[in-house]
Amino acid sequence: MFAKQLTIFIENRTGRLCEVLNVLKKNDVNILSLSLADTTEFGLLRLIVDKPEAGKERLAEGGFSSLLSDISIIKIPHSVGSLQELLEVIDNSGVNIEYMYGLSIEDDNAYVVLKASDAEKVDKILDENGVVTVGCEDLIHIK
Amino acid sequence: MIWNESKECMSRDEMSHLQSKRLVKLVNYVYHNVEFYRKKMQAVGLLPGDISGIEDITKLPFTTKDDLRDNYPFGLFAVPNTEIVRIHASSGTTGKATVVGYTRRDLDVWAECVARCMTMAGITKDDIIQVAYGYGLFTGGLGAHDGAQNIGATVVPMSTGNSKKLTTMMVDFGATAIACTPSYLLHISEVLEAEGLLDKIKLRAAICGAEPWTEKMRNEIEEKLGIKAYDIYGLSEVMGPGVACDCEFHRGLHVCEDHFYPEVLNSETLTPVADGVLGELAFTTLTKEGIPLIRYRTKDLTSLDRTPCECGRTSARISRFKGRVDDMLIIRGVNVFPSQVEAALVDCKEVTPHYMMIVDRVNNLDTLEIQVELDPKFYTDEVRALEALNKKIGHIINQALGLNAKIKLVEPKTLIRSEGKAVHVIDKRKLY
Repeated sequence: MFAKQLTIFIENRTGRLCEVLNVLKKNDVNILSLSLADTTEFGLLRLIVDKPEAGKERLAEGGFSSLLSDISIIKIPHSVGSLQELLEVIDNSGVNIEYMYGLSIEDDNAYVVLKASDAEKVDKILDENGVVTVGCEDLIHIK
Repeated sequence: MIWNESKECMSRDEMSHLQSKRLVKLVNYVYHNVEFYRKKMQAVGLLPGDISGIEDITKLPFTTKDDLRDNYPFGLFAVPNTEIVRIHASSGTTGKATVVGYTRRDLDVWAECVARCMTMAGITKDDIIQVAYGYGLFTGGLGAHDGAQNIGATVVPMSTGNSKKLTTMMVDFGATAIACTPSYLLHISEVLEAEGLLDKIKLRAAICGAEPWTEKMRNEIEEKLGIKAYDIYGLSEVMGPGVACDCEFHRGLHVCEDHFYPEVLNSETLTPVADGVLGELAFTTLTKEGIPLIRYRTKDLTSLDRTPCECGRTSARISRFKGRVDDMLIIRGVNVFPSQVEAALVDCKEVTPHYMMIVDRVNNLDTLEIQVELDPKFYTDEVRALEALNKKIGHIINQALGLNAKIKLVEPKTLIRSEGKAVHVIDKRKLY
């Protein structure tokens, strides 16, 4: 399955990130994970939040455009080598990974957010190999 | 020294007489050879016979850059292409270039005018001159080249783009003069300084133009390089560099008045103002065959001085430019209109039509940054896609302006929206 990720384009200037986060805070949108890709001129703030659709609307009201896109949140065992094994499965299918970042860690499991050049194909391969993918709502109760 | 004393030191009466004779001939010439002028004259009920002297020039309609664009490419030429031996072009206000054509005689007049200017700068046949304006469609390179060759100087056609080669040759050849934009010369002085070559050059004169510059810049150039720097003016529509130049007294630029009749107009009424009063400069090309222009509005702001100069020349002088009537920018010697950027961005659907041009001068070289707003509809979560977009816009802008610009993608709705006339330019250079 796919989960929704919220992406915000922000210019690389002081205080801009804080302004975005302030909108989310005021509207009770909880951030479960984030990745900030930075270049010299701009950054892409990618967020996994508990309420993606509402988050997008609240951000728009606050003057920030954002994008909702499909990504995979993959559950893997919290043990040495499991991420490498996952990537081997994906690499063997010939699909390129656009970006990836880590997410909440439980005692037994960890989660990674992954965007591949061919998302459908990756999703199918993961299913075939018995790899579990989850949605944002599944993460809310992780402590 | 004076290159052509009989013309440059004529009495005002003689000059006025010569201009009258040439204007009468010109009006007949364009009336019979250029449909555009014939129609324009007919529209105001004017016949060639109505113009009997230079004082009648105000009866004639103006010509603008838009007229050149509307008649692109050769519509205003007065001769068939068999008589045209050279084409030059400069930026138009939109995508289309402003095209001009020269007959063999036009090129001779041009080389004569540039020779006068070079002589004003004290350059003679004994000099080795590096021409570091761009060679090509731009009039700077070939114009300065032909003029320098005309006086018999040793011309080194450097063109632009390789400062290291230029400084090396300046030292090795013992170059004594250079023709380039003033900002580029300041940059060259820094390169020379960094390489420890400042005391090894033989340079003594520079003839600088193609962009506005200040007295402060002149002092800086002269001090740094230990040379004399002169201001040469021109525009491709009228001819190219050599329309006017300043002498060693630096009290305005002497216009080659026997070829280019200058008028300074009140910006509102478009009627000529008194000498010394600021207004828009217009030129009538008294002797041009290829693309003669009647009362061509340059959009440059200046004033006229017809009193004799200490150098002995009697030609009218135009003051240092005080600005522009329109929004044209000159960046690294290239004419740039904000409307060109607008036209280029229209086809790029990933960005909104809002943009801001930030012009600055860093290490004496002009920089242009263009900020464009991302369109939220084309948002992406991949850095790669944004970098590709940045590159694509950079390419589009380069194609449109003939100039490299730094593109900066900004968040939607963050560029200033003005309520009246849109502000698209922030020029930090303070050139006027």
